[in-house]
Amino acid sequence: MEKRVVFQNRFLPYLLVAPQIAITLVFFFWPASQAVVQSVLREDAFGTTSYFVGLENFQLLFEDEYYANSFKVTALFSTLVAVLGLSISLLLAVTADRLIRGTMVYKTLLIWPYAVAPAVAGALWGFVFLPGPGVFAWLLGQMGVNWNFHLNGNQAMFVIVVAATWKQISYNFLFFLAGLQAIPKSLIEAAAIDGAGPFRRFWTIVFPLLSPTLFFLIVVNVVYAFFETFGVVHSLTRGGPAKSTEILVYKVWYDGFEAQDLGGSAAQSVILMAIVIGLTVVQFRYIERKVHY
Amino acid sequence: MIERRPIADMIGHLILLAAIFIVAFPIYLAVIAASHTIEGLSQAPMPLLPGAELLTNTAKALFDGPQMVGVSGATPAIVLLGNSMIMAISIAVGKIVISLLSAFAIVYFRFPLRNFFFWMIFITLMLPVEVRIIPTYKIVADLGLLDTYTGLVLPLIASATATFLFRQFFMTVPDELVEAARIDGAGPMRFFWDVLVPLSRTSIAAMFVIQFIYGWNQYLWPLLIASDYQYQTIVLAIGRLIRAPDAFYEWPVIMGMAVLALLPPVAVVLLMQRWFVKGLVETEK
Repeated sequence: MEKRVVFQNRFLPYLLVAPQIAITLVFFFWPASQAVVQSVLREDAFGTTSYFVGLENFQLLFEDEYYANSFKVTALFSTLVAVLGLSISLLLAVTADRLIRGTMVYKTLLIWPYAVAPAVAGALWGFVFLPGPGVFAWLLGQMGVNWNFHLNGNQAMFVIVVAATWKQISYNFLFFLAGLQAIPKSLIEAAAIDGAGPFRRFWTIVFPLLSPTLFFLIVVNVVYAFFETFGVVHSLTRGGPAKSTEILVYKVWYDGFEAQDLGGSAAQSVILMAIVIGLTVVQFRYIERKVHY
Repeated sequence: MIERRPIADMIGHLILLAAIFIVAFPIYLAVIAASHTIEGLSQAPMPLLPGAELLTNTAKALFDGPQMVGVSGATPAIVLLGNSMIMAISIAVGKIVISLLSAFAIVYFRFPLRNFFFWMIFITLMLPVEVRIIPTYKIVADLGLLDTYTGLVLPLIASATATFLFRQFFMTVPDELVEAARIDGAGPMRFFWDVLVPLSRTSIAAMFVIQFIYGWNQYLWPLLIASDYQYQTIVLAIGRLIRAPDAFYEWPVIMGMAVLALLPPVAVVLLMQRWFVKGLVETEK
C-alpha cells in the first residue's frame, strides 16, 4: 500500500528517520554484529588479547552438559507456561463470553496482571510459597509435602511456572475474548437449531474459528516464556537450586556477566538470535495466511 | 446466549469469581504482610487479616528503605519510584516521538533507501537485549553512559512496534488532507504538527500506555546499567532484595515496596483501559 499524494523534499525525510536509524545502528546492529564476531573469538586469561577459534565456542557449548540442561529446562518451562496459560485463559474467556451480564466487569478485573513486572510477580509468588510465613507453603506442608523451593528443583520450577503463567493469563484472556466475540452469533444459533449441544458447538464451530487466535497466542507465549521471563527467574530462584531453573536467557546473562565467559556467552547470543528469527518468521508466515483466510 | 441455563450461568460466575480471587490473592497477601510487624509475620502461616502497621511500614519503605546487613545502601522507595517514573515516561515519550517522525518520513515521502530503512527498523524486532547482551553493555560503557538516565533510556527507545502502528494509522488518513494543506501553502512539518499529530491522538495514547508499562517493568537492562543505587529502579530493587540473605527481617517493608512497585503500571492499565486494549490489539496486527 502506498500513498498517492506525497511531499517533495530532498533532505527532510533523512532528517526525520535519522534519530530512529542512529539508535538502531548504535545499539542494535553494531552490538548484534559484535556478538557474532565474539562468538568465534576467545580472550586470553588476562582479557587483553583475543584470537580466532572458529566454531570452537559453539562446539564447547554443545558439549557442555549445563547448556543441554538449560535447553531442557527452557523447553519444559515454556511448554508448561504456554499450555497452562492458554488452557486457563481459554476456559475463562469462553465462560465470560457466554454470560450476558458482567463480561466487561470480569474483563477489567482479570486484565491488570499484565501490568505487573515479571520480577515483581516473582516476588509476590515467592512470598506466597515462602517456607515459613507463606500461605501456600503452609498448606502444602499440612498436606504432607516437604516444601522448600529454595532446595528442591522441581518445586522451584513449579513456582516460576506459576508466577510466569499468572502474569500472562490476562494477555491470553484478552485475545481469546476478542476472538470469541468476533464469531458471528448466527453460526452458533444455526447449530443450536440443528440440535447441537454446547460442547458439540464449541468443538465443531467455535474452536476451529478460534484457531488463528490460538496459533498466534502459542507463538507469543513461547516468545514470552523464552525472552521475557528473566525477571521471574532472577528474582525467585537465581537459576537454582543446582541449575534446575536456569533458562537460556538466564544462562546467557550469567555466563557473560557473572562467569565472564565472553566467547561462550556470545555463542549463546547467536543461538538465541537464530531462535528469535525462527519464531518471527513463523509468526509472520501465519499472518500472511490470515490475510488470505 | 442460545439456551437459558441458569445453573450453567451460576457455575460460570463462580469460575470467574474464583479466578479473580486467585489472581488477586498474592497481592492481597503482600498488602497484609506490609500491615504487620515482623513478629506478627513470624508464624506459619502468616495472618490472613490486616494488622495495624501498614502506614508505618509503607512510610519506612518510602523514606528509609529496608535496613539489611547483606545489602549495601538501602535505597528509599521514593528515590526508586522517581527513577522508575523517569525511565518509564522518557522511554514512552522517546519511542513515540522518534517513531512518529520515522513513520511520517516513510509514509509521506518517496526517497532512495526508504524501503531499506523500513526493513532496518523491522529487523530490530529480532534483536532483543538478550541476544546482544554483552556488546550492548560494552557500547554503553564506552560512551560513558553507565549509571546515567541517558544510558537507561536511550538504547531502549528505538521501536519497530510504534513505527508500524503509526505507519498503519497514517495510511488511513485521507489524501485530501495533504492536498488541502498543500493548497493552503503548508509545508510538510506544518502538516505534521497541525494535522497528523492531532489526528493520531488515540494511537499516541494507546502507544503511551503500552510503552509506559514496558519501560516501568524493565529488569535486565537496569540490572546491567545501574550498579549505583542512586539509579536503580523499584522493580530492580525488588528483584535484588527478595533473595538477600537477611530479607526475612524486613519482609513487611519489602512487601510494601512490591505493592508500591506494581501500583503505577496497574493504575495506568485500569484508568486507561480503553487505550490499553486498543494498543495491545493493534500492535499485534
